[in-house]
Amino acid sequence: MTSATLFGLCGAILIGLGLFELITDPHPLRKILGFNLLGGGVFLVLGVVARRGAAAGYLGDPVPQALVITGIVVAFSATALAVALVVRLSEVSGRVSLAYASSEQTDSDGAEG
Amino acid sequence: MIADAATSLDAASTHGYLLVLAIVVPVGGVLIATAVGGRTAERTAFAVIAAGLILGFAILLDVWMTSRPLAYVLGNWAAPLGITLRADGISAVMLVTTALIIAATALYACADFTIPRDGLEARAPFVFWVLLLAVWAALNTVFLSGDLFNLYVALELLTFAAVPLVALSGRAEAITAALRYLLFALAGSIFYLLGVALLYGAYGTLDIILLHQRIRPELAVSLAVAMMTAGLLAKTALFPLHFWLPPAHAGAPPAASAILSALVVKGSFFLIIRIWFDVLPGSRSLAAAQVLGVMGAAAILFGSIVAFRQARLKLLIAYSTVAQIGYLFLLFPLVVGFEGSPWSATAWTGGWIQLVSHAFAKAAMFMAAGLIAQALGHDRIDDLGGVARALPLTVLAFAISGISLMGVPPSGGFVAKWLMLSASVEEGQWWWAVTVVAGGLIAGAYVIRVMTRMLGPRLELPTLSVKVDRWRQSLPLSLAICAMLLGLLPLQSLELLQVGLPHFLGSAGR
Repeated sequence: MTSATLFGLCGAILIGLGLFELITDPHPLRKILGFNLLGGGVFLVLGVVARRGAAAGYLGDPVPQALVITGIVVAFSATALAVALVVRLSEVSGRVSLAYASSEQTDSDGAEG
Repeated sequence: MIADAATSLDAASTHGYLLVLAIVVPVGGVLIATAVGGRTAERTAFAVIAAGLILGFAILLDVWMTSRPLAYVLGNWAAPLGITLRADGISAVMLVTTALIIAATALYACADFTIPRDGLEARAPFVFWVLLLAVWAALNTVFLSGDLFNLYVALELLTFAAVPLVALSGRAEAITAALRYLLFALAGSIFYLLGVALLYGAYGTLDIILLHQRIRPELAVSLAVAMMTAGLLAKTALFPLHFWLPPAHAGAPPAASAILSALVVKGSFFLIIRIWFDVLPGSRSLAAAQVLGVMGAAAILFGSIVAFRQARLKLLIAYSTVAQIGYLFLLFPLVVGFEGSPWSATAWTGGWIQLVSHAFAKAAMFMAAGLIAQALGHDRIDDLGGVARALPLTVLAFAISGISLMGVPPSGGFVAKWLMLSASVEEGQWWWAVTVVAGGLIAGAYVIRVMTRMLGPRLELPTLSVKVDRWRQSLPLSLAICAMLLGLLPLQSLELLQVGLPHFLGSAGR
């Protein structure tokens, strides 16, 4: 097993764990962590792609490395926005949950599941 | 854009700078509005809108006259290392649709989000104008990018601009809806990025034209396309991934709902079309196209029925969006597998008219519902009696856009559904025709349910909490009339929708 394959498998495992957390955990903060885990897995896969493309004196293909940097910036901003929304939600309603519990919504959202 | 790829791959068109301006102008507007703030934000928005309308029509005219896509190579760095901007027929149509709807929304939003001359800068108005321009910049980037990673960045920009629009009111339900939307969208785009990584790993390029030439039918491609499509479906809110949409679109302020429902969900749909029909060569999977069609059909039936059962007008309109998105996905089973037959071109045209006419009709409907909710102080469908006498133009706008959603002639919705219907019958896939007809009937039921309440008998006029100006009422009306006029376009002019596409459509399918 080459190191590229090993890291590729690690990336796949991270993606699986992250997706599981994102889907199954009801708490928004842990969903955000799950998203970051998922993102980390994808960045690792991109790193493997870069390593496999090594040629002409470079240790890795620079294009996927550039993609990873952009991806990290995007994931960072996404996390910041999501956390800001969670903080605001707890300030406004005093709870942190994705369920629609307010009386205004329950009468009309019955069919929404 | 693939047809003459060999000759025009590295050559920028003479008017290629228009594409750069179409992205730079709204981005510049965002920066200026953020930096200066106050009343300047609103003024900047209107200056950008004037420029953006001209740019949109200039690009449309150029693509139409030359029947060739526009291209611009950024910094003269040729693909595969450089990034290319391209505008083919569908991009040009989307640019103009977006510009028109953003312009109408901005005029409509003046009354809600204006910053008083001597007043202090408030959060919601300031943020609204900045986000409006940001959504526009992101959409234009989606329509013009010729590079898969650039498209990823555009997609994320679109999310980051759209999510705060949902949370604009600051109420707990709106923030919850925004958070749900954000989590769905993030999961969707990270899967898109994973697909991008796999494609780059296999072929070493992200340029759409180069990928189209290099791609072979193999496992990596199927996996990548499956993950990208699944991710984008979550962002497009195709049934059964639609749960975030109704609370998000119904909880936003009306001007924001109009943008979100008419344009933002179309951005990710546009990207699915790019991947399926521009990136993939002839090897599209029949089974996958049928699955997309089945999900679309389920969306039509489920969305329409749930819309009918809603008690509140804005939620009804939001569920109607879920249903109308379903029609867009009938394009896949009607085109894939019938490449080269004239009926694939018919279905293709029908799908795009559906997209554009729904954009106009849905923006008009959300604006009309916003005016009604403002005037009455509520949007409970059962208590809408007599509103037709108080706000006649608004109710007329709602009715005309309803006609387009139902698919009654003469309207864009009718032409779209009729083209899809004839394509599915001619191709022997009659079950899609049944779905289209059934969806139209249920849409008729929910529109007429609202209309009978609005026109219903009530001797005394409802008390209006706010007076609504006539010019404001005319904005949704003009958008609704646009949706109707689409039904009167001569079909020859719709050849534009096929400019720059790889040759998978048959010719003269009418």
